[in-house]
Amino acid sequence: MIVTILDVVIAGLLLGGLYALIAMGLSLQYGVARVLNISHGEFIMLGALTTWSLFTAFHINPLVSLAICGPVAFVLGFVIHRTLFKRLLSSSASPGVFESNSMLASFGLLFIIQNIALIAWGPEIRGYSYLRVPVNLAGALFGANRLITLGFAIVIGLAFYLFLARTRLGKAIRAAAQDPTTAGLMGVNINLVLALCFGFGAAMASMAGMLISLCYPVHAVIGLEYTIIAIIVVVLGGLGSIPGSFIGGFILGLIGSIVTYFEPGLALAAYYAIFILLLLVRPTGLMGK
Amino acid sequence: MSIARVDWKKVWAPGSLLIIILVLLATLSLYASTYTVILLTSILMYVVLTVSWVIFSAPTGYVSLAPAAFFGVGIYTSAILGKALPLPAVILAGGLASFCLALLVGALTLRLRGIYFAIFTFGLVELIKHLLLWYEIKFTGTRGRFVIVVDNDTIYHVMFAILVILLLTAYLIRRSKFGLALRSIGEYEDAAAHTGVNVDALKTVTFAISAVFIGAAGAIMATRWTYIDPYIAFNPLFSFMPVLMAIFGGMGQFSGPILGAAIFGYLEEVLLTKFPYYYMLIFGIILIVTILYLPEGLVGLVQKLWRRISGGKRAHAGG
Repeated sequence: MIVTILDVVIAGLLLGGLYALIAMGLSLQYGVARVLNISHGEFIMLGALTTWSLFTAFHINPLVSLAICGPVAFVLGFVIHRTLFKRLLSSSASPGVFESNSMLASFGLLFIIQNIALIAWGPEIRGYSYLRVPVNLAGALFGANRLITLGFAIVIGLAFYLFLARTRLGKAIRAAAQDPTTAGLMGVNINLVLALCFGFGAAMASMAGMLISLCYPVHAVIGLEYTIIAIIVVVLGGLGSIPGSFIGGFILGLIGSIVTYFEPGLALAAYYAIFILLLLVRPTGLMGK
Repeated sequence: MSIARVDWKKVWAPGSLLIIILVLLATLSLYASTYTVILLTSILMYVVLTVSWVIFSAPTGYVSLAPAAFFGVGIYTSAILGKALPLPAVILAGGLASFCLALLVGALTLRLRGIYFAIFTFGLVELIKHLLLWYEIKFTGTRGRFVIVVDNDTIYHVMFAILVILLLTAYLIRRSKFGLALRSIGEYEDAAAHTGVNVDALKTVTFAISAVFIGAAGAIMATRWTYIDPYIAFNPLFSFMPVLMAIFGGMGQFSGPILGAAIFGYLEEVLLTKFPYYYMLIFGIILIVTILYLPEGLVGLVQKLWRRISGGKRAHAGG
């Protein structure tokens, strides 16, 4: 019995680490740049499929492609914000209008990225085997790849938290999240900070994608599914709260693991039920203001 | 300009054009090929979805991603009741079921504004889909079900009838004091409430009215697909498409969403089977270009060009 509970909890934490990582990227994009990026999952998909290609074609270690995917996705996100969302920001009459417009524009990005990926990789399901050796953890067996995933998720999450909390740029990002206009008056280069946040969000998504490809088979249309999970976690943790997203990810992972244990078919339905209840009862989330 | 009275001089030209188009469409099956009838059914479906979406979302500014939920409810109503009831009753039941769901959702989401409303309605579609999927596999042991077959001409005429009633409804709402009240909600909801608009009731009822047509369209489309499952019925694309088509066409004018839906409905039919990825890719590019450069949509662009041309002529005449 205790082993079963431990089993469920560890499985939940493993899942939660991924969710936390995905959600932190989106939280950054929404919390600071005010873009509810529906194409967030497409960066995950790009990271996953790039890792797969590098591994199968050039035998590049997936953990090495982390160092390739992250920076490339960062540049991509940075450029997208510089060209698309910056222009939208200046042409939108109010923050509310910008939020709607940028969300709809990110739908356009979703279609563009997803279909370029479909043309490049095709719709086939891709998977590879790396470090799929069982590890005994307090009596329960888990794949080494899943433990690596959890470890990386925690390391990336913590590193990012420290970056926001301790560095000068992190302070500028937090200031921009609280009040962009005042932050701009205090000498923060607001457009640069917003673009950086969008880039960081994309980088975290693609690194999460690499970790996902370690554990699950991937294909070109997985993006939206992860975007939805990220949105649920972000709402759970409080829109715009980075620590909230980190904790929310683990909470959702645990819920998913518990529901899967009792009724496997209902895990996704449970996520949406929580999501809808949360929006109705406490739309600001667990750690929202 | 008076809201209640119709300026016949202005309405005359587009009105008679509309009537000619409607008469041509109504008699289509007499002279057109089966393929044309099927093609136009799809196009009319997109027009119905888009115009229904516009009734609520364009004036109020609430981006609803719920059309797929209403569409799916209509589809499932048709699948469940199709064998027991005659076709008109099935269509009405589909509309009614969507109406009830929309009333419930509308009443629940009154407090949610802006982006929260959009993500709530999106979550609703996925929740229904996964509950249904779980239910089917767990209790009936199968996924999906068959729908009774109806011939193409009948499907077309039902869709056409839904469209005509919808256009009439949309036009009347737009011109009535309710349309004005909806626009005032879109501009400043608190101020609208203070000037005596019953914001909650108006939003809920309009949302539900727009859902009726989407549900009815789903009920009739189900008979064309013959087999449905939760993934087909609650496909989120049916939520995205109306939004994107309305933006592309331009929501400022009555004709904008109709035009946007008709153009993309046609493009989809022509391109989707041969080049599905390129179609969706082009779709995404056009969407972003529209949002960036054509905030008034296609109709806004045409009007702008027209004003420039006619303005240019006047300038010549004056000088």
